[in-house]
Amino acid sequence: MEMDLQLAKEEHLTFKQGVRDCIPTLLGYIGIGLAAGVVGNSANLSIMEIGLLSALVYAGASQFIFCAMMAAMSPPSAIIATVFIVNLRHFLMSAALSTHFTRYSLLKNIGIGALLTDESFGVASLRTSKGLPLSDRWMNGLNVTAYLTWIASCLLGGYMGSWIGNPEAMGLDFALTSMFIALLVLQMVALPSSKLRHYLVLIAYTAVAVYVFSAFFSIYIAVLFATVLCAAIGAVTENEG
Amino acid sequence: MKVDFTVFLIILGCALVTFIPRILPFVAIRKLKLPVAIVKWLAYIPVCLLTALIVQGAIQPIESVPALPAVNWVYIIITIPTLVTALKTRSLLLTVLVGIVTAALVRLVV
Repeated sequence: MEMDLQLAKEEHLTFKQGVRDCIPTLLGYIGIGLAAGVVGNSANLSIMEIGLLSALVYAGASQFIFCAMMAAMSPPSAIIATVFIVNLRHFLMSAALSTHFTRYSLLKNIGIGALLTDESFGVASLRTSKGLPLSDRWMNGLNVTAYLTWIASCLLGGYMGSWIGNPEAMGLDFALTSMFIALLVLQMVALPSSKLRHYLVLIAYTAVAVYVFSAFFSIYIAVLFATVLCAAIGAVTENEG
Repeated sequence: MKVDFTVFLIILGCALVTFIPRILPFVAIRKLKLPVAIVKWLAYIPVCLLTALIVQGAIQPIESVPALPAVNWVYIIITIPTLVTALKTRSLLLTVLVGIVTAALVRLVV
């Protein structure tokens, strides 16, 4: 009976529902995508190159760094190494999400992983934190909608480049942080009050850890280390609170 | 509309090093039976990573390590109305809107 209920719940998790669940996050992709396009334009990338970058790399922070380093004439090996470090956090996100998709084929898993972003990860983990199931079709709906919106926004930003001027002055760069804040708050309010304290302490630890690690490493490494460490603290101290 | 061949190769390189960390766990974990401790640890990744990504912006990049990083106060000021909106409305869309508008307004002043 419970199994049937579980399956019935998954039936609703269609591609279309994934698209629908992506809509509230689209403004974030559009804001950052426009900014990434503008920055690409000012780094003298052609529209085609901006399109390729957004379709193949598909990662906001890396695209900004790519443009900055191209403009600074950094050697290709340094650009690729930096992008690798900036994007290593995807490894953690994929590891956390992949446990929910083990029943699907290898190809489907690769498809889901290839289009994973901070935001789609945030939306998906919002479901898992509430104990709700995930399905491949739902995840693809979420991912593909985000992917297409991202490419379109980057291209549009590239076209409008000189009109927009400085994306920071328009607050576009803050779209991503706002999204992270909203996703974090939504995770917190979904928690039972018995767990809330544990999580709030963990958030404080993570904030301190990022600051301390950033004194010794690049900010991207600091984010990785702080996440790995504080998630471990969370798991170890789970039953004490 | 031209694509410089060197630029294309660098983009491909960046795509590869982004693709691998994204798909590797999806490929590897399918076949593994993870220990309970690891599964527990993975469950804490979302909250810790989201927090770390938010805090990341509040820290000024430093020229050389090790050095005590400075705090980006403008960023923290912009964060406050954004956080309040998220808590009050619980809406992704409204939070992002308020975040963008606040960032634009604060930078107009500062």
